[in-house]
Amino acid sequence: MSAVPLAWYLALSAVLFSIGVAGFLFRRNLITIFMSIELMLNAVNLSFVAFSYQLRQIDGHIFALFVMVVAAAEAAVGLAIILAIFRNRGTLQVDEVSSLKH
Amino acid sequence: MAVLLFFCFAAIAVLCAISVVMQRHPINSALSLIGVMLSLAVLYLLLGAEFIAAAQVIVYAGAVMVLFVFVIMLLNAGREERTGRSLPARWLGLPLLVVLGGLLVYFVRQTMPRSEPVIFGAFDEGEPRQVGRLLFTDYLLPFEVTSILVLVAILGAVILARKEIRR
Repeated sequence: MSAVPLAWYLALSAVLFSIGVAGFLFRRNLITIFMSIELMLNAVNLSFVAFSYQLRQIDGHIFALFVMVVAAAEAAVGLAIILAIFRNRGTLQVDEVSSLKH
Repeated sequence: MAVLLFFCFAAIAVLCAISVVMQRHPINSALSLIGVMLSLAVLYLLLGAEFIAAAQVIVYAGAVMVLFVFVIMLLNAGREERTGRSLPARWLGLPLLVVLGGLLVYFVRQTMPRSEPVIFGAFDEGEPRQVGRLLFTDYLLPFEVTSILVLVAILGAVILARKEIRR
């Protein structure tokens, strides 16, 4: 075998996405949850680039670039929110931050 | 060679991703996430996306992760204690996760029964020149909209992270 099929890239992307979902659901630390979201965005980027290779068009690259921009903006705002939560509550555990539930 | 690179860096990406999820201390997770991003950059290079690979290293592994590490240091986030509250999550979580990953892979196989082999260098239009040309012609409006988005995000981050001024 001299070349890797494209589907393997997509399978890798799916595996990374599932691991990200697991981190999002299992972890209790706000920052780790946030990093799991970044992991999911990265996995989606990999499939964008893989499909771009399949279709021989670079539109997928543009989409990946937009995902990166949105992820950067999201990281800035999200970390600012985490800072505000920590300042008001003194904790990063999501179990403790459940005022909206009650 | 490309096969070897793919397997090497795919394995590194998956191991680092598992490490992101399993580590107890956030700083270890952040460093593992940098490993995932760097190995994904190598995979982008294999797929002929040179500009995206560079942007991945600079924007993601550089800027975004530095922000994460700064916040972790600033908040002095300690290791997370186990709560062990949810019993169904403990017993059903991992099997359901495997089911989710298997379903995703299955659908990929179904939608693409004949996937073509990835040959390094067969698609070389991911250079900054072509990406920039497309970005500033066909995608000019979305590009400008993202600039406004980033501006709003900066303002929002500054306002949210500012200390409350008591009068």
